[in-house]
Amino acid sequence: MQVTLKIQRFNPEKDSAPYWKEYSLDMHPNDRVLDALLYIKNHIDGTLTMRSSCAHGICGSDAMRINGVNQLACKSLFSKVGNNVTIEPIAGLPVIKDLVVDMEPFMEHYRSVLPFFINDDPAPEKERLQSEEDRLKFEESTKCILCACCTTSCPTFWATDAYVGPAAIVQAHRFIFDSRDQGSQQRLEILADPDGVWRCRTIFNCTNACPREIKVTEAIAEVKKEILFSKL
Amino acid sequence: MTTQYARTPKPSNGSTFELLSWFYMRASGALLALMVVFHLIWMHYVIGLTNINFDVIAGRWTGPGGIFWRSYDLTLLILASLHGMNGIRFVTDDYIHNRGWRAFVKALIALVLLLMVALGGLVIFTFNG
Repeated sequence: MQVTLKIQRFNPEKDSAPYWKEYSLDMHPNDRVLDALLYIKNHIDGTLTMRSSCAHGICGSDAMRINGVNQLACKSLFSKVGNNVTIEPIAGLPVIKDLVVDMEPFMEHYRSVLPFFINDDPAPEKERLQSEEDRLKFEESTKCILCACCTTSCPTFWATDAYVGPAAIVQAHRFIFDSRDQGSQQRLEILADPDGVWRCRTIFNCTNACPREIKVTEAIAEVKKEILFSKL
Repeated sequence: MTTQYARTPKPSNGSTFELLSWFYMRASGALLALMVVFHLIWMHYVIGLTNINFDVIAGRWTGPGGIFWRSYDLTLLILASLHGMNGIRFVTDDYIHNRGWRAFVKALIALVLLLMVALGGLVIFTFNG
């Protein structure tokens, strides 16, 4: 099938503002948007810049806005996105070049929620046991790959980058509801900040955008409820 | 590019005000949904669209069910205006980044809220036909 890719280009060393550039290619319906981007980079225009690593939907490097929706280029088939495809960098983060954004503000929020296992008890001889039921409480949030599709689809984050963002909350959720972890209270206090979960306006863009199909808004609501019940 | 290291999370005890404000939005939202539906059904089906006029409203405030309807309308007024104004406060927090302007707009919101509740309350409490 003949496809037209309209890509937002920006080279800070040459351009004063981003501009659109169109590329026409012959692709198979089962090809992914990433295949087209790599074809352009390898055969048409080597200056096209994007991130990609595993190319199989696990590393989360190639999040971009495809036809207005945040998705991973490596998981978007042309049979799904059609033959007129618009590609932009994810919104709300500074563009470094073409489709590459500066992930540092995103990562800073990620680090702020203590996204690591906290337990000061001496480690038992084997593993720290957990019931199947307790494990299921945070099963969903373990799937997050930090691609930033959710956070950069959130209108509140676009408006206020002080907002910790859905991805950081999902990462906090993964440890808050882990029965083996002891840092929950600390994380709940961090997220109870005015720039924490209360900034969430329940818009659901994050849930729609998540390529891992995590129910992000639900996870945020669970954290809100946990703060409510721990305070009142 | 310079390497940046993990920032120590800011010490925070969380915002009880924001917690309560969020909870209020949930609770008032649910209550409003019920009250508005009841109000709609009452006006459209019990009274009937063609029968609504000043006398009907005045009559139900001064008649035997007066206490009920005045309380109902006062609750509706407070719940709705506080819910709406709090929503505008959210928008202000999200989109107005200048601290001075934000404070000004929030003061304005508080003033409008106070005026609406005060004027509405005055009518509800003092109306006598």
